Amino acid sequence: MTEKFRKEVLVSDSSKTFDQTPPSGTSQGRPASATPLQPRQRAILVGSSGGIGAALARKLANEGYTLALLDRNAELSQAISNEINQTHNETRALSYQHNVTDYDSVPDLLRRIVADLGGLDLFVYVAGVIHFPGINEYNFEEDRKMVEVNLLGGMAWLSQVAPLFQNMKSGQIVGVSSVAGDRGRVGNPGYNTSKAGFTTYLEALRNRLTRHGVNVITIKPGMVKTEMLNLPGAPRPVLAVTAEQAAEGIWNAIRKRRQAAYISGIWRWVMLVIRHIPSFIFRRMSF
Amino acid sequence: MNNTFTILENFGHSLKAPSYRFQPKTTAEIYEIFQLAKKMGLTVSARGGGRSYNDAALNGGGILLDLSAMNQILEWDQASGQVRCEPGVTLQQLWQKVLPDGWWPPVVSGTMFTTLGGCLAANIHGKNNFRMGPIGEHIVEFSAVLPTGAEVTCSPKKNADLFYAMISGLGMLGIFTSITMQMKKMHSGLLEVHAWPTRTLKDQLTSLEEGAPKFDYIVGWLDTITIGHGQIHAANYLREGEGPEPQKTMQLAYQDLPSRLFGVMPKSLLHYFMTPFMNNLGAWAINTGKYFTSLRRHTFRESHAAFHFLLDYVPLWERSYGRGGLIQYQSFLPKETALQAWTGMLTLAKKQGLPSYLGVTKRHRPDKFLLTHAVDGFSLALDFKVTDGNRARLHALLQEYDRIALEHGGRFYFAKNSETSPETTRAFLGEETIAEFKKLKKRCDPNGLLESDLYRRVFG
Repeated sequence: MTEKFRKEVLVSDSSKTFDQTPPSGTSQGRPASATPLQPRQRAILVGSSGGIGAALARKLANEGYTLALLDRNAELSQAISNEINQTHNETRALSYQHNVTDYDSVPDLLRRIVADLGGLDLFVYVAGVIHFPGINEYNFEEDRKMVEVNLLGGMAWLSQVAPLFQNMKSGQIVGVSSVAGDRGRVGNPGYNTSKAGFTTYLEALRNRLTRHGVNVITIKPGMVKTEMLNLPGAPRPVLAVTAEQAAEGIWNAIRKRRQAAYISGIWRWVMLVIRHIPSFIFRRMSF
Repeated sequence: MNNTFTILENFGHSLKAPSYRFQPKTTAEIYEIFQLAKKMGLTVSARGGGRSYNDAALNGGGILLDLSAMNQILEWDQASGQVRCEPGVTLQQLWQKVLPDGWWPPVVSGTMFTTLGGCLAANIHGKNNFRMGPIGEHIVEFSAVLPTGAEVTCSPKKNADLFYAMISGLGMLGIFTSITMQMKKMHSGLLEVHAWPTRTLKDQLTSLEEGAPKFDYIVGWLDTITIGHGQIHAANYLREGEGPEPQKTMQLAYQDLPSRLFGVMPKSLLHYFMTPFMNNLGAWAINTGKYFTSLRRHTFRESHAAFHFLLDYVPLWERSYGRGGLIQYQSFLPKETALQAWTGMLTLAKKQGLPSYLGVTKRHRPDKFLLTHAVDGFSLALDFKVTDGNRARLHALLQEYDRIALEHGGRFYFAKNSETSPETTRAFLGEETIAEFKKLKKRCDPNGLLESDLYRRVFG
């Protein structure tokens, strides 16, 4: 890492001026202090009120993490934060309202959250949207939304988080991508593209950051029993796991500092087969 | 201004916190950083030598002012013994400047790598606290820049309220920019040291109390595993004419700590050989061995540096505690209750299989500084190894220690203990003192820019 790079972390280019205000999880106050005998890992979860996000928030809180929960739905995010804090009888989660397509707000918000948490050890991007088009439907608006949330939102955050971790020479990044990014299928070109892009971006980050002591994990869930599967046009659940099982799988990948993980493990073999289906056969298939 | 986002640690390597690290060189640059912090919504804290055992010099997610580049000795008057320094000047720089001219800092810590700014913020004490008080009592005057941009000059007579609050104030009222301190006249580079063993804790405390009036320095080593075996080292300055060749013994070459063990092995490697002994059995063996080699009552002469800076004998010794690092728990007890309180504490540690690997006792007297830790009594500092397996039990033990110490009128030192809670802080400092400190903080730092991890932990 060049010295020049290391110098460019905090620059006075912000047009905004902040008041010294407590975290937005104001009703709970500050998170408990880390001490040598009560160390605290700190994590940011972007997209924390969806099925996987909420389950992972609860799991990480149970494992002792102090959390910043970000979601566009402030009420849901606050409710999960309150539930976690009540369960543990201390401020273990702070909630922040954030729309991941508001890319310009990311640098200031990240700085504020890191200050509120007192550091950062883990960043998880779970935010994602899906639209199930018909097999002959082309819907640019929906495709754009998926690329903006699933890919560009992740890039906006990770392009800020990566240099922080690179400077710290530590940290873990978790990107929740999808098995859908492994092949372009007739069923959902926009979603496949957004997830394929995110998977590739995560791989590139991993190749950049591993040498600096930062671990980047690509999570590829198969079907997870969340609201997504209740949307119009959603496929019939196959090999689906619960959000809690998915959270457990992600936690295991974090704990073991894995590089990529399918949720659940059976999808590794399913996708191995699917990835190797020759194109002349694959283009005749209808899923 | 250049900055990096870097993980910094406490001295015991048991805490880590990432911060935006700035290295200002002037008062104007410090103020510039305050303005940037306000604009960015970040807090600011200062760091000197980074030798605190706890989170005093950490500010996770915020700005850390690394003052090590403000390390100039600005004025030195060898006739009066007054020295004016920037806050990043270390005790090493200071004694090496003044000793060849026949002076010595009146109060020093167990390591020479602390900075004067840090020493004032914690109001450090030495092995002569019972006689010379904390370092603050030897400060003639200091200047500081407040987060408002105002520059203040304080002495015991000028801005006295700020003088007695900023010294001991953990760097939470302003940043020292210049410190004027009175040195103590020396007539030799040597001290006369008396060493004798103690068989029980009571014996040790009696030795400290009865020995203190007769000596300039006194300190005890305590084997906390046997709860009582120990050794006292007490030292006196040599009067004029007592020391041989004072001009020679006060030269730096005479004071240097040897860099090699037995003239062969670099001391920088020694901590690797200590690591296998940093467990309960190894610590018992070392403490027992040390006790049996210290049974002889004897007197010898030793250089100032060798007597004072025991922590610097083995470079990186704290690394020998392993991955989890170490913490230190220091309690200050009135002389009437110390024996009972520490007997209770050490018995508890023994019962729970959580012995301290090193215990150090000192004699103290009260002082006038606002956030004072001093008592008319003694202090006991205990080093504990931190491991993944003992964290929860050690935490519970230290909470119990806090309770015992408070019950016996005890106090705590903010540069040492890492687990002190806001409740314990309120109990020993008192609501009135905290209210007075916060009132001064509001006056000096109305936007609450100055915060460290320590401040957030103990003041909530």
